Amino acid sequence: MRRLRSIAVVLAMFAAGATGVWAAGEKIEIPDRDWSWNGPLGSFDRAELQRGLQVYTEVCASCHSLRLLAYRNLAALGYGEEEIKAYAANYEVEDGPNDQGEMFLRAAIPSDRFVPPFANEQAARAANNGAYPPDLSLMTKARKNGANYVFALLTGYQDEPPEGFQLMDGMYYNKVFPGHQIAMAPPLFEDGVEYADGTEATVERMAADTTAFLAWAAEPELEDRKSMGIWVLSVLAILFVMTVAVKRQVWSDVH
Amino acid sequence: MATKTEFKNPVVRWVDDRLPVFTYLDHEYNQFPMPRNLNYWWNFGALASVVLILMILTGIMLAMQYTPHVDYAFESVERIMRDVNYGWLLRYLHMNGASMFFIVVYIHMFRGLYYGSYHAPRELLWMLGVVIVLLMMATAFMGYVLPWGQMSFWGATVITNLFSAIPWVGDVIVTWLWGGFSVDNPTLNRFYALHYLLPFVIFAVVALHVIAVHITGSNNPKGIDVQVPRDTVTFHPYFTAKDSVGLVAFLLFFSAVVFFAPNVFGEPDNYIKANPLQTPPHIVPEWYFLPFYAILRAVPDNFIGGWVTGWMGVTFVSAKLAGVIAMFGSIAVLFLLPWLDRSKVRSARYRPVHNAFFWVFLVDCFVLGWVGANPAEGMFIWIGRVATAWYFVHFLIIIPLVSMIETPRPVPASISEPVLKEKA
Ligand code: HEC
Ligand code: HEM
Repeated sequence: MRRLRSIAVVLAMFAAGATGVWAAGEKIEIPDRDWSWNGPLGSFDRAELQRGLQVYTEVCASCHSLRLLAYRNLAALGYGEEEIKAYAANYEVEDGPNDQGEMFLRAAIPSDRFVPPFANEQAARAANNGAYPPDLSLMTKARKNGANYVFALLTGYQDEPPEGFQLMDGMYYNKVFPGHQIAMAPPLFEDGVEYADGTEATVERMAADTTAFLAWAAEPELEDRKSMGIWVLSVLAILFVMTVAVKRQVWSDVH
Repeated sequence: MATKTEFKNPVVRWVDDRLPVFTYLDHEYNQFPMPRNLNYWWNFGALASVVLILMILTGIMLAMQYTPHVDYAFESVERIMRDVNYGWLLRYLHMNGASMFFIVVYIHMFRGLYYGSYHAPRELLWMLGVVIVLLMMATAFMGYVLPWGQMSFWGATVITNLFSAIPWVGDVIVTWLWGGFSVDNPTLNRFYALHYLLPFVIFAVVALHVIAVHITGSNNPKGIDVQVPRDTVTFHPYFTAKDSVGLVAFLLFFSAVVFFAPNVFGEPDNYIKANPLQTPPHIVPEWYFLPFYAILRAVPDNFIGGWVTGWMGVTFVSAKLAGVIAMFGSIAVLFLLPWLDRSKVRSARYRPVHNAFFWVFLVDCFVLGWVGANPAEGMFIWIGRVATAWYFVHFLIIIPLVSMIETPRPVPASISEPVLKEKA
């Protein structure tokens, strides 16, 4: 019986483990990176997030929206009220109607959502050779192995596709994008931005910073969640010891 | 409830004389006799009740912020995650609570299968349980549509389309379910209404389930009846203490998921807003539906369909319909189980052959889940077919046959016997 049972367990584990292996037709290697927010005690690195915001603002924002974020959320990156107001004021939003019943443009304020680069999907496609740059608010949650994938994507461009690979017009070869043809031109170049904090802007650095920023944008609650989790688990662990003790005491006269 | 309990508190006594709720609670939860040999697998019923209440509470609070409209549903869920105080906690509790509910209930069911809790006199109790799991599936399926992500939309499309397999009236039924010609705003609205309603129906069936278990009393690992008072202990404090241990252990596991891996059970695609024009490359249901999804897709194109067609020249049963029948049949056989298993001995402990097949069946269910998670191609087609066939062979052939020919090992004379013997 013992043996049968262990066979059952091994088979079940095999079944569970194998799921991942056969799920994708071609297995693309996506290396794990040691992100600061990994692990139960992980948290974001504010300097990294600020650099990431800078790359997003100066590079990605010309194509990608970040609809679910409001400017006021940037307080979590360590910016003060005035800095946020100044950042928001760089963008224009349509408001109204005013007393005359007319819509008007005004500078964005902290309570506004991030202003998208295009008015609608058609406009975005028209500007991008028919391809649609997806919203990035949830990008690291919306892909398998989210943050590692985004980093691998941003650093996964290859000037020359491998021999025999048919690259379509206006497409770029990327090692990790499914199908390897992506309509997004390589967005990052050495010194593509000049970091406000003087960090050297290598492609890898910028990719990591942007990924960190996007991971925060997708899960702004992450730090609260983890610290609350530590607290909850500790209380439950103590409760567990107590309930076990009570149970033993109660049952001591039964056996 | 023959004898009334005497209460000291005058208010309690006043109420109890007029409506004996306190007497009822005292009888059913305080003094209620429980077999003394129940192991920790008996915790899962209580856990399931706790999860149900948690789902209803978190659900009601989510409903106060959620907007059931195709243009706003996705954003409103994200608003809950970002702007509502502790909204992320509510949503992650509810989302992972559904997975926990199924983990707990599936364990609860396998416990029943192993220890023969479906045997007389607990047939109705078992069948009420099967009704509960069916209602849970409907509720979870419709709940999963509410955040209106890609998997919400495409899962709803695939599953509702199954009804089109019903001969003649299928298409009419699907249009009626959708409230239009595709999964769209009316579908989302009615799913929301039903998702709010069904948990309360589940609550009512759970009440019947609990009343039924209080009539027959709990089964136990030995599967033999309680004979003498020595075989039992009172519910309180013995099982309140034991259930508390299980509850806290469960909450530890649940919290670890909610706080440290809240999306492990989810599909990344559901963080992309539903897009009717773009089919995801690989549509998979939530993990708890995977075995049934595998059964649905297992029936070969020309199995019953081709067979009947060849014989009568008319297609009565298409492959799709056969798959749907197999999927619902996989639950329907559970209703028949009390009569399929003819053994006089309940617990698999004393039924070596039945016991061995139980473990094979458990593996079969995992294999079905694994096949369900993968595209129906290559070897998965064949593994899926064999595993599906085995599922039905197990219930319809193995269980009746083994129960008739197996000689069980001797069963202890009473629940307390071996315990007392060890003492001597
Ligand atoms: C010139 C416009 C443009 C810029 C600048 C740009 N992107 Fe893109 N991006 C696109 C387009 C177009 C797509 C869609 C590609 C496709 O579907 O083939 C895309 C797709 C993506 C995707 C999704 C890939 C997937 O798996 O579907 C990510 C992630 C992404 N971009 C991140 C970024 C980041 C981060 C930056 C800034 C460093 C950036 N992009 C800058 C145009 C741009
Ligand atoms: C049997 C109990 C229940 C089960 C199994 C269940 C299951 C689910 C599931 C699987 C989801 C999708 C979660 C996600 O992926 O985001 C969901 C969402 C939702 N449920 Fe429930 N639910 C239950 C009870 C309730 C009740 C009683 C209510 C309301 C009174 C409710 C309200 C909601 C709302 C508003 C959503 C959308 C928000 C969201 O997606 O997080 N649920 N439910």
